[in-house]
Amino acid sequence: MSITPELPLIPRLKANAIMNLLARGQRIDKRKLEEYRDIEVRIGYIPNAEGSAYVRMGNTQVLAGVKLEVGQPYSDAPNEGVLIVNAEFIPAASPSFEPGPPDENAIELARVIDRSLREPRVVALDKLAIIPGKKVWIVWLDIYVLDHDGNLIDASMLASMAALLSTQVPTVAVDKESGEVTVKRGEFQGLLPINRLVTTVTVYKIGDYLVVDPTQEEEALSGARLTVAVTEEGLIAGMQKAGMDYLSDAEVERAVEIALSKAPLLIGKVREAAKGIRGEGGEASNAGKQG
Amino acid sequence: MPKILFENRSLVVPGDVVAEGDRLTLATPFLRRVGRSVVASVVGLLTVEKSNNEYKVGLIPLEGCYYPRPGDVVIGIVRDIGVTSWLIDIRAPLPGVLNASDYLGKPYSPSEDLSKYLDVGDVILAKVAQFDRGRDPLLTVQEKGLGKVVEGALIEIKPSRVPRVIGRKRSMLSVLQEETGCQIVVGNNGRILLRCPDPEREAIAVLAIKKIEREAHTQGLTERIKDFIIEQKIKRGLIGGSGR
Amino acid sequence: MGAVGEKPRLIDESGRRIDGRRPDELRPIEMEVGVLKNADGSALVKFGDTWVLAAVYGPREAVPKHMTLPDRAVIRCRYRMLSFSTHERKSPAPSRREVELSKVIREALEPAVLTELYPRTTIDIFIEVLNAHGGTRTAGVTAASLALADAGIPMRDLVAGVAVGKVDGVIVLDINEIEDMYGEADMPVAAMPGLGRITLLQLNGVLSPDEFRTGLKMAMEGIRRIYEMQKKVLRQKYAVIEEE
Repeated sequence: MSITPELPLIPRLKANAIMNLLARGQRIDKRKLEEYRDIEVRIGYIPNAEGSAYVRMGNTQVLAGVKLEVGQPYSDAPNEGVLIVNAEFIPAASPSFEPGPPDENAIELARVIDRSLREPRVVALDKLAIIPGKKVWIVWLDIYVLDHDGNLIDASMLASMAALLSTQVPTVAVDKESGEVTVKRGEFQGLLPINRLVTTVTVYKIGDYLVVDPTQEEEALSGARLTVAVTEEGLIAGMQKAGMDYLSDAEVERAVEIALSKAPLLIGKVREAAKGIRGEGGEASNAGKQG
Repeated sequence: MPKILFENRSLVVPGDVVAEGDRLTLATPFLRRVGRSVVASVVGLLTVEKSNNEYKVGLIPLEGCYYPRPGDVVIGIVRDIGVTSWLIDIRAPLPGVLNASDYLGKPYSPSEDLSKYLDVGDVILAKVAQFDRGRDPLLTVQEKGLGKVVEGALIEIKPSRVPRVIGRKRSMLSVLQEETGCQIVVGNNGRILLRCPDPEREAIAVLAIKKIEREAHTQGLTERIKDFIIEQKIKRGLIGGSGR
Repeated sequence: MGAVGEKPRLIDESGRRIDGRRPDELRPIEMEVGVLKNADGSALVKFGDTWVLAAVYGPREAVPKHMTLPDRAVIRCRYRMLSFSTHERKSPAPSRREVELSKVIREALEPAVLTELYPRTTIDIFIEVLNAHGGTRTAGVTAASLALADAGIPMRDLVAGVAVGKVDGVIVLDINEIEDMYGEADMPVAAMPGLGRITLLQLNGVLSPDEFRTGLKMAMEGIRRIYEMQKKVLRQKYAVIEEE
């Protein structure tokens, strides 16, 4: 059951200051309306994970990690690996986050990212069968928001894409007779096969203005937002409107325009971070074969 | 004779033994006696004062939440509206309570919607009238200058840095106001209201306050802040190269 | 925990451990405070490949209100491992081990925190294991204590912890995951070193009384070294600013 949330408390003076600046095409931190904050991406951050990435967008901090396990395929896709995306807003990240299982916001974020990866087939799941029909790779992508200063979806998507790019597939020993598959943790057969890069650009409506990458204060003033997933080829791979306010069709049109124009910046950040692992041109390689 | 193990204005951390012996007055709850030793319980600056043969040791915490005391001036944000009172966010572990009768200056019986006086999100300047451990802090706006704040810029700093922004005998606050031309009200709870002649001077004032916050534990800060503000004014073309 | 695969030799001919350390050597330790912007206090602590993030909020209002105590702050403590922190993925649901460790860690910190200064409030401590390689609960206590100091929450002393173990018959300090998995005993210990008070003590395995005494002595010695590192990193936070 979903219940109308309590609105975050923003002092009237602050709200007025933010709106006045927006009317002049400015923001409190001097950015333009369509400008992202400073972005840092660190790949391969966690030793025990098969893949991982840390992202800082302004003061927002997100950690994403990938673990691979051997498991059974879905019955409707017996020769494909399985991708499962989970997200958590840890209570450390904000005074308003309580400990407990993921709430509707965390679950929505996970599912938006899941669809953005699944629909354009970012991970080549068809290359992740070990014993077709019986044993496949389960790709667990776990996202943890560590510090909340707005724009969690874009930061989480960036961390997820970077983590997937850094993921190495462990070596397995397959006993063809018994069907037993043993994972040799610590030994790797190659990188996770990736078909293409994808990013999300979330456009927030604050009053009559559309901005990207809001801080938590700005987000508190936003009534609606539109997340647009964009592939490296410029295709729209997913959309999600959220918030208790509405968007006019002109605003939707404009938001999509903004998303398509900002996507290359974020795709570029992921490519840059993964350069060492995936080659100079940053091409997503189809490396990784099954043992 | 007591032994003082750190110099005046040294940085101490929890667990540090700062002094041993008797004939010591402890001027803060953040220094504790354990046997013959005096131990620091927070990260802060030790203060040592000697008069005759008596030592008084205190500790200025560098971190920590705002804990209300009666008489404190606070800048609050209205959080919730009740039947006869408002609940105010004063950045303390407990919310402040402002009674309608205090705001209106006369006895109040529930008859109207209080939101027409103060609504959620409104900013008020108030004083802590009362705070005992059993109940939430009681606020008052009955003094001159207190009440709803309708204009100005609002910023927040760590409450532990407030004394430094005010300065000894308000010296730092005077420098800030004189050099920037801004009217500045500092709440003990780490919220600060600025009313400035123009956005440039407001930006300078905010930068200067943030600098004080970062360097609160250092010496010679008042002079450095004065120089900083003048530099900023020159940089932004508000004054010529040498004067004001 | 059952052993997976063949048991490796844990002590070689020259008395060196599987990672080359001598029996009384700590792993390389890194500590940083103030790593999160929103939390009131935070710390990232690494003992070799065991990485733990601790965040503290408080004292703050308790939610729900009835969960408070009239004369002191309530401490809420959660120890949790991120899903990708271990070799096999850990399901996000709280395990019985995490529930037990949350309690043990809270009880390791309660004797240190001056909770009576903040009645009717809550102090929240969140410990997240980012990468696990043995000794996560003692690294967690060490990080939590730093986060509490970073938040300015008064403590009687810092709390530092380390796990000792018995591997191939030898008592060793700061066991890693392999030693924990294949050794004969592991004993996590945490204490307030300045006051000589032990606040966490567990034994998993079998030790003779003499071995126990040796182990405890070695643990306390290691704890004192870790304590000095904690103090250093707290001081360093302000030293950097002085140089600006």
